[in-house]
Amino acid sequence: MRSQIEGSQAVAQAIARCRPQVIAAYPISPQTHIVESLSDLVRTGDLEGCEYLMVESEFGAMSACIGAAAAGTRTYTATSSQGLLFMAEALFNASGLGLPTVMTVANRAIGAPINIWNDHSDTMAMRDSGWIQLYAESNQEAADLHLQAFRLAEQLELPVMVCMDGFVLTHAFEPVDLPEQADVDAYLPPRVPRQALDPEEPMTIGAMVGPEAFTEVRYLMHAKQAAALDIIPTLASEFEERFGRSSGGLVRPYRLDGAEIVVVALGSILGTIQDVVDTLREEGVPIGVLGIGCFRPWPEEEVRAALASARQVLVVERSFAPGVGGIVSRDVRLSLNGLAAEVFEVAAGLGGRPVTRESLRRLIADVREGRMPANTLHFLDLDTQVVQRELRRPGTGVPPGPHVDHLTRESGR
Amino acid sequence: MAFQEIKLYQTGTFVAGNRLLDPAQRTVQARTGRSNTLTSGHRACRGCGEALGARYVLDAAMRVTKGSMVAVNSTGCLEVFTTPYPESSWQLPWLHSLFGNGPAVASGVAAALKAKGREDIRVVAQAGDGGTVDIGFGTLSGMFERNDDVLFVCYDNQGYMNTGVQRSGATPPAARTANTKALGAEPGNVFGQGKFAPLIAMAHEIPYVATATVADLHDLEAKVETAMGMRGARYLHVLVPCPLGWGADSSETIRLARLAKESGIFPVFEAEQGDVTAVSKLRRQVPVTEYLRPQKRYAHLFGDPGRPDIVERLQARADRTIARFGLLSEGDR
Repeated sequence: MRSQIEGSQAVAQAIARCRPQVIAAYPISPQTHIVESLSDLVRTGDLEGCEYLMVESEFGAMSACIGAAAAGTRTYTATSSQGLLFMAEALFNASGLGLPTVMTVANRAIGAPINIWNDHSDTMAMRDSGWIQLYAESNQEAADLHLQAFRLAEQLELPVMVCMDGFVLTHAFEPVDLPEQADVDAYLPPRVPRQALDPEEPMTIGAMVGPEAFTEVRYLMHAKQAAALDIIPTLASEFEERFGRSSGGLVRPYRLDGAEIVVVALGSILGTIQDVVDTLREEGVPIGVLGIGCFRPWPEEEVRAALASARQVLVVERSFAPGVGGIVSRDVRLSLNGLAAEVFEVAAGLGGRPVTRESLRRLIADVREGRMPANTLHFLDLDTQVVQRELRRPGTGVPPGPHVDHLTRESGR
Repeated sequence: MAFQEIKLYQTGTFVAGNRLLDPAQRTVQARTGRSNTLTSGHRACRGCGEALGARYVLDAAMRVTKGSMVAVNSTGCLEVFTTPYPESSWQLPWLHSLFGNGPAVASGVAAALKAKGREDIRVVAQAGDGGTVDIGFGTLSGMFERNDDVLFVCYDNQGYMNTGVQRSGATPPAARTANTKALGAEPGNVFGQGKFAPLIAMAHEIPYVATATVADLHDLEAKVETAMGMRGARYLHVLVPCPLGWGADSSETIRLARLAKESGIFPVFEAEQGDVTAVSKLRRQVPVTEYLRPQKRYAHLFGDPGRPDIVERLQARADRTIARFGLLSEGDR
């Protein structure tokens, strides 16, 4: 059924149709509309057989999901930003124990300074938590990815994050095809846990493991992630067969034929980038886009194959690793190992700053015309006057060294 | 379980053995049908009060639930000494997640069982005092206020024993720990700090709150039975001496637990919906020195010249607890 609906409502409806048995959630903007809506659905009885726990914190939310998943039920939660970081310890625990919770992350910046708007610094900070991370490009895809996420999580017994841009997607009203219950039931059968807390078959879950076996346990976790690279495309094609639309998958190539310059990105920003690429193609620029749908596990081969003929790869990411540079860029470089392409790293849209077509056009022109050095982090639309004034202010204790000067000068172009 | 009156002159001690009881009144541990939930071969220290407490609590709960039970365990000694991979001492479904989330994990398990229509399977969660009153307190309070169907058991040995005997929010004043050493003008743990979690549990007005010690195992079992006969959030706080952390001989565990109660230092009582419903009166009040002296964590109070002023303050605290909970029988007042 096609509806003009808010992204959060679409996700809540999709989740309800996945028949979760336990939802534990704590409010944080911009995730709130999802969990409010699910609370309504449980109260009205539209979502039957589901226990909804209003917990005291995100740490409690993830912990309750751990307990519920270990008891064999389908579990769900949603969070954002600080909430995701507050869960951190439990995130690693859920993946370590192999518990298939699905969580929506309405991506939002991490403070300080406190900021409620969108970027990817929350999920990127948790990229090594052992969770699978899928990134939605649109509200349609956000809704659809949850169906696939439950299949994936329960098949692999590994938790999955569905990342959707906070406000940009969660609060945007767009037409969304909500999956019909019968189709969801056919696509997503009830969870059959391989092991669960059961008095008939008592099992110790969460034992202490020392040096003699810890490496092996971690290896197996890595192997599960690798297996996801095979399963995700299958789930996406099965989804397409049943629902008649393409959603999910590892990577999303767009106009890569003959593309010499390729923009790599994740999430809702892909729409804007595709618009810019369309215009540039009309102008005869050989440019394309590679969307990353699955960031963890990293689809190294697929990215390499998609970028094989590119000469310049421009990674536009909504977060960065302070003191290092781009995060996605590093993985992209790994995929390009041995290939000739140059990589340009750009931090864009931090803390909700709009990434406009204008800025993207300027950025692409700078790359094409050699005005931007490769392998150096650039900040899109950085107000260089402000930062340079601050860096040069006497007594701040931050001497403006050559690196910082260089960085701000370059990105200011 | 109804109590059978035992005439203590029969034994001449405060220990009432099972042999003096009707078979029906004997402890779960004295029965051949006990479940040995926490079975032998684990790696607890000799004289560990926590291992003893956990064994009694879980076997009693298993008896009430006829083995239809799941345990959730926070990180701590109990978790470490029972599950060194690839061994496990647990003969029931058992889940350990983290240090600070035992209550929330247990809530999740209870919610899952409810969603599956398996509320016949009961949930018991357990942690030490650090996992309960400090790092796990937020999730515990959440579990209480939602009245989730979980019995949470705190085995209180009054410090972070697993990490090498540091102070917790349950460490009593003047006690020496690794980070409150007997140094300076105020040796040991500071007066005026710390908390007594059972009273805070009661403030949530949950169905049942009780305290117990490993000195009176009949009482402990009876409280577990009472708790498991109820639904909703229940809290049991068990004082479990730690030979290592308290600096006491391992043969002294039971005696110290008894002296903690008989000196009035640790009140043993039950509460329902936030009101105290029963207290265990002191059988023979003892001065706190009798409890303090055998423990090396209080040795600095008894040297030469010692700190009689601090002992006095501890006695005053015990007196206040005795008055507050009405721990003296009519004739003793």
